[in-house]
Amino acid sequence: MAKVDRYQHHDFYNMDALLSEDHLLARDAVRDWVKQEVTPIIEDYYERAECPKHLYKGLAEIGAYGPSLPVEYGGGGMDEIAYGVIMQELERGDSGIRSMASVQGSLVMYPIFAYGSEEQKKKYLPKLGSGELIGCFGLTEPDFGSNPTGMVSHFIDDGDSVILNGAKMWITNSPVADIAVAWAKDEEGVVHGMILEKDMPGFSAPEIHGKLSLRASITGELVFENVRVPKKNILPGVKGMRGPLSCLSKARYGIAWGVIGAALDCYDTALQYSKERVQFDRPVAGFQLQQRKLAHMITEITKAQLFTWRLGTLANEHKATPAQISMAKFNNVNMALEIARESRQMLGGMGITNEYPIMRHMMNLETVITYEGTHDIHTLIIGMEVTGINAFK
Amino acid sequence: MNILVCISKTPETTAPIDFTPDGKELKTEGMNYILNPYDEWYALVRALELKEQNGGAVHVIHVGPAANDIIIRKALAIGADEAYRVDCDPKDAWMVASEVGAFAKEHAYDIIFTGKETLDYAGALVPGMIAELLGVPFISFANHLEYENGKIICQREIEGGYEEVEAPMPLVVSAAKGLAEQRIPNMRGIMMAKRKPLNVIEPQCVSPKQTLTGYEKPPQRTGVKLIDPENMDELVRLLHEEAKVI
Repeated sequence: MAKVDRYQHHDFYNMDALLSEDHLLARDAVRDWVKQEVTPIIEDYYERAECPKHLYKGLAEIGAYGPSLPVEYGGGGMDEIAYGVIMQELERGDSGIRSMASVQGSLVMYPIFAYGSEEQKKKYLPKLGSGELIGCFGLTEPDFGSNPTGMVSHFIDDGDSVILNGAKMWITNSPVADIAVAWAKDEEGVVHGMILEKDMPGFSAPEIHGKLSLRASITGELVFENVRVPKKNILPGVKGMRGPLSCLSKARYGIAWGVIGAALDCYDTALQYSKERVQFDRPVAGFQLQQRKLAHMITEITKAQLFTWRLGTLANEHKATPAQISMAKFNNVNMALEIARESRQMLGGMGITNEYPIMRHMMNLETVITYEGTHDIHTLIIGMEVTGINAFK
Repeated sequence: MNILVCISKTPETTAPIDFTPDGKELKTEGMNYILNPYDEWYALVRALELKEQNGGAVHVIHVGPAANDIIIRKALAIGADEAYRVDCDPKDAWMVASEVGAFAKEHAYDIIFTGKETLDYAGALVPGMIAELLGVPFISFANHLEYENGKIICQREIEGGYEEVEAPMPLVVSAAKGLAEQRIPNMRGIMMAKRKPLNVIEPQCVSPKQTLTGYEKPPQRTGVKLIDPENMDELVRLLHEEAKVI
């Protein structure tokens, strides 16, 4: 039987008053969509480790791909806070569903929009926005995760084309993607971005199996074996690591908002459960130790909501720095993971079953705290910002 | 085909309902409101489908203060072409119906849709009053509607089955579950809604015909008593002495 989604939003500090009509309409629309399309099916897909591919189109129909990009390039023409609340509602459903949208919007559409030629923008962006094309983003390599600058993927000049060799790892969407925005070094060791199409000879994207996290999201590799890439597929607008890092800033921004959704879902589940579950002749919500957990959770969620609202305001003014985005990702993902663990305990044995979403969120968040810059790396980014000393190496 | 859809607001279905200590007013602090689901999911969407099939325009009208503009924007985001808000705070169904009736008299709408009721007060009075004010037919609780040869044919759910009724246009139809399927607004629709006209019109200022004298909550349900399956005598005693059903 399809699950009934009893989620109720929590807004302890009346944050809604800080949001515009557009933000509230966007948030409520995505919340309705998640209740209708995601909640009824997600546990089943998660258990079978299958990606609900039909949702790629649905995400496009509601406008979840690149909502803050201009309409003429396949986006929604909205602001950064709208993008944030959309990610929050998607991740309230599942981090894997949010990842589908984050990758398509922030890591595929954004670099083509920011660094692509007009021809590239016209060719790819409308189709990516409508979900006709699915994209993925190739930066991380088997031996270069936290240190992407060391990447070995490289290309050599060959007339109108370049010849690309190398491999990428942990690539969301890659096995089902029609195109990949991949980053590789030229003969001088300078990083460039390029658009690969799935039928290019020598290009393959095998799936990675055995994940115990983000099981409803498909992940794979990208393998480049003498792939001939036309030079017109290279993004002309950027050289060096600034290109991929600016994309990561966009995606990390979305994650900082998204994980609040996962935390809210865990908190809401624990709150509802603890008011109904009776032990020693009273609801467990009436016991001090449980109230301490609930009070801590809603306090941390409220702090994260304020954090992201301010970050969103800065982003709208084009003033959000990478270190500020790192701080929000660092704090909020950790907050969500702690709330998932704490709320799971409040459900006792039921907390480990898929009758409730908490364990799934908890397992997902282990990926979210790792990808797009690990928790430790974000710590060092903040550390470097405040001390001026690079502790990476 | 020109269609007017009447839209109303209602508290979010999960909102806790409480009243002031004197029982005269609903406590509205911190309460979130939504577009009434019967208006949104069924009336508005069926109106949009008819427009898509037959051409014309879909207008929405709301009788309420500016604070309710967000529900009007939502209707525009879903696809309505133009909106009208009568700027007053209605106290009963008569005030709403009078405002909509006066507005509709000045415009040539083929169909006026409402939801079958608003979820909060569930009065279901407004559409019948509008029809009477305009002197046009009224079909209530329609869960299926077709347009054929200039007539509207509706199916209504009745006790134990369905009935089919038809009426010429113009008419008023109140929409029940099943008339259409919910459409979730997309981001583009939300952005386009900002550019669609939301016209504010002055009210007729009719007096309400009803005065609210107070609210009262139903008695709280008492707890469940568990009885040992071996102790049938106790079950019979409780049913007889406490529940008084045997």
